[in-house]
Order: sequence, then C-alpha cells, then structure tokens
Amino acid sequence: MDFPLFHMDFFNNRILIAGVAILHVLINHALAVGGIPLVVWLERKGIVTGDERWDALARKIMFTFFVVTTTVGAMSGVGIWFAASLVNPAAIGSLLRVFFWAWFVEWFIFVTEVILILIYMLTWKSWTGEKKKAHFRFGVFLSVASWITMALIVSILAFMMDSGSWLTDRSLFSGMLNPLYLPQLAFRTPLALAMGGAAALCLVPFFCKADQEFRAKAARACAIWTLLWLIPCIAGSVWYHSRIPASMVGNMAVALTTQAFTDWYSLLNWVLIGAVATVLALCFFTVLVPRRIPSAANFVPLLALCALLGLFERVREFIRKPYAIANYLYSNGYRSEDTSLLQRDGVLVHSAFARVRKVTKENTLEAGREVFLLTCTRCHTTTGVNGIVDVVERMYGTKATRAAWDAQALSNYIASMHNARSFMPPFPGSEAERDALSAYIISLRNSPRTLEGAQSAGVGPLAPKEFP
Amino acid sequence: MTTFPFKDIPLPLPAPELFLQGALVLAFAAHILFVNLVVGGSLLTLFFQIRGLKDPKFDELAHAIANTITVNKSLAVVMGVAPLLLLNVLYTVFIYSSNSLTGFAWFLIVPLVTAAFVLTYAHKYSWDAMADNKPIHIALGGMATILFLIIPLVFLTNTNLMLFPDSWSRVQGFFSALVMPNVLPRYLHFLAASLSVTALFMVAYSGRSSDILGWLQRHRLHKGSLKRDFYGIVFGVTLVQFLAGPLVLVTLPSQGLSFFMLAFILSGAALAVLLALLIWKEMKSPDSEVGNRFPSILVVMTTIVACMVLGRHFYRETALQAHKMEMKTRTAAFVAASEQAAYDAANEALAPKDPLVAGKSAFDANCAGCHQLDKKLVGPSVLEIASIYASNESGIIEWSKAPGKKRADSPQMPAMSHVKDKDLAAIATWMLAQKK
Repeated sequence: MDFPLFHMDFFNNRILIAGVAILHVLINHALAVGGIPLVVWLERKGIVTGDERWDALARKIMFTFFVVTTTVGAMSGVGIWFAASLVNPAAIGSLLRVFFWAWFVEWFIFVTEVILILIYMLTWKSWTGEKKKAHFRFGVFLSVASWITMALIVSILAFMMDSGSWLTDRSLFSGMLNPLYLPQLAFRTPLALAMGGAAALCLVPFFCKADQEFRAKAARACAIWTLLWLIPCIAGSVWYHSRIPASMVGNMAVALTTQAFTDWYSLLNWVLIGAVATVLALCFFTVLVPRRIPSAANFVPLLALCALLGLFERVREFIRKPYAIANYLYSNGYRSEDTSLLQRDGVLVHSAFARVRKVTKENTLEAGREVFLLTCTRCHTTTGVNGIVDVVERMYGTKATRAAWDAQALSNYIASMHNARSFMPPFPGSEAERDALSAYIISLRNSPRTLEGAQSAGVGPLAPKEFP
Repeated sequence: MTTFPFKDIPLPLPAPELFLQGALVLAFAAHILFVNLVVGGSLLTLFFQIRGLKDPKFDELAHAIANTITVNKSLAVVMGVAPLLLLNVLYTVFIYSSNSLTGFAWFLIVPLVTAAFVLTYAHKYSWDAMADNKPIHIALGGMATILFLIIPLVFLTNTNLMLFPDSWSRVQGFFSALVMPNVLPRYLHFLAASLSVTALFMVAYSGRSSDILGWLQRHRLHKGSLKRDFYGIVFGVTLVQFLAGPLVLVTLPSQGLSFFMLAFILSGAALAVLLALLIWKEMKSPDSEVGNRFPSILVVMTTIVACMVLGRHFYRETALQAHKMEMKTRTAAFVAASEQAAYDAANEALAPKDPLVAGKSAFDANCAGCHQLDKKLVGPSVLEIASIYASNESGIIEWSKAPGKKRADSPQMPAMSHVKDKDLAAIATWMLAQKK
C-alpha cells in the first residue's frame, strides 16, 4: 500500500480497529441507540402513571448512559477513524471520498445529538411541571437523532461487504442503497433496542435498593422491552443472513472460529442458538417472577447480547475478505483493477515509501521484507498474532515434521493462494517479488526477528528511482 | 524536490476543492474555539481552586467555571469530527503519512482524551463529596488539566509534520517530529490563545450565568470587578502573544510563506494592538461601565481569529502546493498505466492455447502450492496421482471439487469448485500425461 505503514508486529494491527470498534458499537447500540428510547419510555411511564419513582429511575439510568456515551462512547467513535487511518489508510481514504456527504450529514446529526443529550440530561431536574412534556419531547428527538447516526453508518458498513451498482456508476446513492443495507439495518435496530433494555436491567438493582416492590416492577418493564425487541431482531437476522452473498457464506466457518478451529463451526452454531435461548428464557422469567431472579442474573442478557454482537461484527469484518471494499479494494490496500499492472511491474517500483525498488541477488531478503510490509502486514505479523510463519507451518509442516521449506513451492503457493483460500487476495507483486517474499518468510522461520513499522523505524531513506 | 513519489487515492474529491477548503477553515475555527475553552477553562479552574485553599470564595468560582468544561468538551469533540473528515479528504496522503510516522502517540490521543473526560466528570461531580479532601480533589482536576495540555501537543506535532514531506525521511517516532523547531513556539501561541479566549468568554459569562451572579451576590462583589479581572488575563496574555507571535513566524520553515499568508497574519497582529487598547480602556472604567465595550471587543477578537485561521490555511496550501501538483501528475500516469496493463492482460487471456500448456499453467495457478511433480509436498505428487487415476480424468475432477480426507499425514485438501470446469479438465489431462 502506498503509504508509510504503521505496523504492530506482535499484537497485529487489526487488534487496534477490532478493540476500538467493538467497544464503540457495544456502547453505541446498548446505551445510545437502544438505551435512550428505553429511558424516554420509562420517563413517559412516570408521566402517565404519576408515579415519580419511574422518573427518578429513568434519570439515574440516563445519567449513567450519559457519562459513558459522552466519554468512552464518543471517543471510541473518533478512535475508529484514528485506528483505521493507521491500519488501512487506503481503505478509509477511499471510503471517505465515496461517502463524504453521508459523513457530512452524519456530522450535522451528530452535533444535534450531542446538543440534545446535553439539554435532555442537564435540564432533567429543572424542567418540571408545565415544562415536563417538553423535556420528554426532547428525549424523543434525541432517540431519533441517535438512530439516524447509526442508520447512516450502517450503509457504509454494508457497502464494504457489497458495493452493488456503485462499481459501475460510482455515485453516492447507489453506494448507500447497496443490497445489504436495509437487511442489516432491520437486524441492528431491534438488536440495539433489545440491548438497551438488557443494559437498563443490569442497573435496576443498584437504583432501586430500598424499594423491593418497585425493583420488581422496573425489572419486569425492562425485560418486557427486551423480549419485545428480540422478536423483530431474530426476523431481521434471518433476512440479513439470506442476503449475504454466497461467496461470503463460504468464509463463515473460518470467520466464526478462526482458521485453527474450523472444526468447531457446527458446535458454535449451537452455542449461538443456546445464547439467544438463554436471553429469551431469562427475560421471560423476569417478566413472570421478577422477585425470584437474583441481581447477578440480570447481567446475563446484556453479556450474552454483547457477546453475540461482538461475534457478529467479527464475522461481518471477516466474511468480506479478500476485500476491504467489495470488488474494489483488497484488504491489503491494493485496488483489484491494478492487479495486472502490479503483477507485471511489481509492487516495489510503484511504492513511494519502499526502501528498495527492485529485487536483486544482493538485496533479496531486504526486498522480501519490503514486499511483506507492503502486501501482507495489514493482516499478518512475522511471528506474532496471525504470524506468517505459523500460517505457513500449517501447510508445510513445523521444524519437527519438516526440516526445510521449499522456497519454490512456497512461491508457487503464494501465486495461487487466492484460489485455495477464498479469503486471501491474489498476491499483487511480480514473480521476482514472490520469490524474494518466500525467501524472507523462510528466513523468518530460521531466525525470527521483529518487523518495525513506520511509527518507530520511519520511512527513510528515499530509494533511487527505477521505473520500468 | 527530493521527496517520496507518493500518489493520491485515485478517486475524485467529493466536492470542488475550494468549497472543501472553505468548509475546513470554518469547521476548524469552530472546533479550536471549544478546544480553547476546554484547555483555558481547565487552567482557570485549577488556578482559582488553588487560590480557594486560602480564600474559599475562589473555590466556588472555580466550581462555576468547571461546570462549563464538561459541556465545552463534548462540543469540542463533536466539532472536531468535521475538520478531521475534511483534512482526511483534502490532504489524504499528507495526513495519513504523518499519522503513521507519529503512530503510537497519535493513537494515544484516544485513550488520553477519554481519561481526561472521565477525570473531568469525576472532578465536577465530586465537588461537594470531596469538600474535606481538597488536595486530592484538586489533584483530580490537575491530572485532567495535564492531559488537556498534552493532547493538543500531539495534534500539533502531527498536523505540523504533514506540511513538510521533505522532512519525513528524517523522522523516527513521535519525539523526533515533536522537536522540529517550530512546534514549541506554535504550542505556546496556542496555549496563550486558549487563556485569552476563555478569559474573554468568562467576561460575558460573568454577566449571564446564574451560578456566578449568585456567587457575586453572596460575597457582595460587583460583576464589574470580576469582569475587570478576566479582562486583565486577556490583556496580559495579549502582551505575551506579541512575543510568541513573532517567534512562531521566524521559526516557520520558509516553504509555506506567501503574500496572502503574511497579509492575514500581520493584519491579525495589527488588530491585536487594537484589542489590547480596547481592553485597557475597559479595565480603567468604573465597575458599572465595565463590559460596555464587549461587543466591539468580540468583533475584533473574532476577526483576529479569522485572520490567524486563514493565515494558517494559506501557509499549508503554499507549503504543499508543489507536492500536490507532482502527486496529481504521478497519480494520473499510474491510473493510465494500470488501465493499459489490465487491457493487455485481458487480450492475452483470450488468445487460444495448446491444451497441455493450458493445463500446466492452470496447475501452476491452482495446485502447485501443495503438489509437486515428483515428490510429496503437502499432498501427493502428480506422478502418484497419475498412477492412481490411470486414465480416469473425471475421477480427478470429481475429487478436486469435493475432496475428502484420505491421508493421515496431510491436511484435507480445500475444494476447487471455484476453478472453471474447462480448467479442471485441462489440469486432469496434463496430470495424466506426466510420466516418470
């Protein structure tokens, strides 16, 4: 990829995006998109019944959601951009150009959302009597604004999986209204709302300590809310699953279990169904006999739904491979349409920041390292997480089973790996670069060494010009 | 110019460049205003809270200022999204390169800002609960303030580094970018501006906030005298800026200097003289009249900020202009070469081939990673396969589409169902033609 490349050779770059993004999506779905409508519903219960305990509970839950969403929630959202710009600048740079206006509109709504949440939270105690209705109405506006911010982002996530007719007409609208958009939105919206109920359910015991009778009422209300949203969520997930392109379903086993554990795929499906069933059953019992559910059990639905959402995001991220943007940009940051040119000339000669431009007998290992940095490091490390030595060992054997790897066979495999492993992009470089890469990988096996990224090694010095 | 031959992302800008630049200047001004209020607000809170150790009434004033920080910090973040978006779209390669080169520090902004926000909330909401533990409470606010001081330095180092691609090859890690000679002067200038903007905000806020009006009443103080104190801060800081400003100007690398840039910066500096004069007059007014000139002061201050933000923008454009032109040429050449290569490759694929040659090349493309001609690699050798299947071509094809696991010492073969039937047949023909 044609940028100075940030690289974490032990933890793997993807942990940066995965960690920040999953944290953000959990907070966003459970506490903002799903949690705020629940709070507004509880506030309304207080207005309708005249029972002030509902209002006090709603305010306390809202304060918790407010503090978390305006600190960790907001910053992890910005953090996704920071992480993406380090891990895959080509992908986020391209997405920003295509979806600029979507993001710009998103920003307006985001500003609105922040102003609304500040008003809604900070006026709760002072807007009473006549002004209470206005306060409630601000809660409704806030809920709508939160949902719209999510709805816009989902179109971009869906676009990365299926770019639809954008490939031919390159317009924003065909990018946004891609085939996976509405199904994914139909799945995420009720899931977020259900998570909001589950999150509030965890807080109920803390905020109703003194009043066991009300605690049971409040727990029941949250459980009913969660149950009711889980039903459309299950329907949405079926619709969404049916729309995932067939080529991606083939990646599902590896996506769910990682390469090493594909045999567990069928078992995991049962675990998933079991988790959903547990959430349903716990909510059901909370509705029927709220007093008999211990407060520790109140955490189970939220934890189970968070685990499910985390797994869902991992699968979504994985099954779109070999692409970062479907049919346009590979996960290694190279455009699919440039493959012919790069395989003919090599990636080094077209890379601004490569330290060498041409493979020679003298520089084989150095050239191999540069090729590895350019074409592999967005997903692989040398010997850390998803390390290249481990990956090759699974095919060609460990030191115990095979003393030496055949460089020519490895190079041949790299040329055709995208045929055998549908989640791998085709190797973008020339034959000489493939050979150099193989030599480098074999040398890593024999003497492991850390590959430093641009954040510590810099990018210099400038390599001499050697265009073909 | 001897810089890296980088290319742009080969997608068009989503709107005319001038429009995007205008939006960037506006959005950045809005963002930096709230950042100034957070940084300056934290410093003032800390200052008054420490003064409050001797004279408790200042602790109450500190509380009133602290209440504004949490609102301003939320707005600073949300207003920062637009300039970040625009910067990424307009200066893609430049900003992403400096991001990578300052990688760890750049990413640390995220946890550091989060920590600063959590500390700020903890400080604000524990004011009464920790009334008997003032030193610890002040330390809480102090930690948040330290973080708020570090974060802009990381931002500044990064957006400064992106302006100078010629220096990229000399940078190894964040600290080597931090010590570029113009970073610290710019940072001083920013800190002074934060205090100035916040103190001016407090002049207006002192006359409107019920927190502060109540405080004045409780302590029988006139709001004019409080406003005069805040004006005093603006005045003192403006004097400091007359030193910091020229320092920034002389340490700036020359490649960004231009007539427009200097015109805006020097107009801003001239207006700062006017600002100092107006504030001096306010400070000399009797209590009941302090604040009467606030509207004109606000106009002058806004114009100064606009001049500085525009001067900053023109500096960036001039510094990057030659790089942008060369990048445009290189990108166009690359896209043209890529289209030609794709066209040539497609034509070559259409040319008819000998079936055995086609079989060999399809074998190399799909099988050679695991199968060699005469010895076992991952799977059996081609000669062994040929001897097992003899003349049964369709047997090879069927197995390859839905392979099972036969051998204990080999992993299961992946299905080759994605390979075209024609190619599978050619591979099978070629395999069976191989003899010892």
